[in-house]
Amino acid sequence: MLSSDCLWSFSSTASVAARSYSHGKQETDEEFDARWVTYFSKPDIDAWELRKGMNTLIGYDLVPEPKILEAALRACRRLNDLASAIRILEAVKDKSGPHKEIYPYVLQELQPTLNELGIPTPEELGIDKA
Amino acid sequence: MLATRVFRLVGNRALSTSICLRGGHGVAKVEDYTLPAYFDRRESPLPDIKFVEQLSPEQKSLKEKEKGTWAVLSKEEKIALYRISFKESFAEMNKGTGEWKSVVAGIFFFIGFTGLVVLWQRKYVYGDVPHTFDPEYKQKEVQRMLDMRINPVEGFSAKWDYENNAWKK
Repeated sequence: MLSSDCLWSFSSTASVAARSYSHGKQETDEEFDARWVTYFSKPDIDAWELRKGMNTLIGYDLVPEPKILEAALRACRRLNDLASAIRILEAVKDKSGPHKEIYPYVLQELQPTLNELGIPTPEELGIDKA
Repeated sequence: MLATRVFRLVGNRALSTSICLRGGHGVAKVEDYTLPAYFDRRESPLPDIKFVEQLSPEQKSLKEKEKGTWAVLSKEEKIALYRISFKESFAEMNKGTGEWKSVVAGIFFFIGFTGLVVLWQRKYVYGDVPHTFDPEYKQKEVQRMLDMRINPVEGFSAKWDYENNAWKK
């Protein structure tokens, strides 16, 4: 019987298993991350798959790791979709909720990718204010 | 003829999803609510469709430019691209409406109005109170209660000083 106390990990951005079985092997954080990075890294990913992936990922009780987000942003680049890339950043900030330190950390980790792809942050565009 | 009516009604985006030919009977009419809809939701950041469906020529050329390097796009162009795909940003969709102020104002207003109604009622609806409320009657009532030694241990009469005929200090 696996304990489910790993589902409440507010203090880190580590992702946790999405399902809680009482039997079977529990997926580790690394396996979860790797699975999602692979999903977004598909070279011929289509727009539906990007949307489905992002909406599902945001539905989980966690903030995705920067490496998953990097794969998602690169998928946006392959799909020539700048708007979705910006939206993903907004969603990460929103997903962090009261933990204000997560978003700056994620941006810091993603900075090389943002610079490389020319993706602006919502703050740079001024759309982070209503 | 049904087909052309459908084409005019639903426009370009729905064409691929809407036409369903049923064994020689023609095309089924497509209802609006069956088509993918746009909505801004925190829990679903990438909606099924773009917000702007019919692109103007400038928007079309901007979309072409999007296929190249994003670094060469100006800030306004990036914002324009965002607004083509999305109606409201997260900040805009999450901001409060301030509706609560109207609600509280309404509450105070109606409480106040009720107060006016009560005052009017007192003046015009209710008759006089019984004679037992007159001050003289009330005095006699208190005296009677003291004479009867109502609650002499801890209550009413306990507070009366019978020696000095006054309330205890």
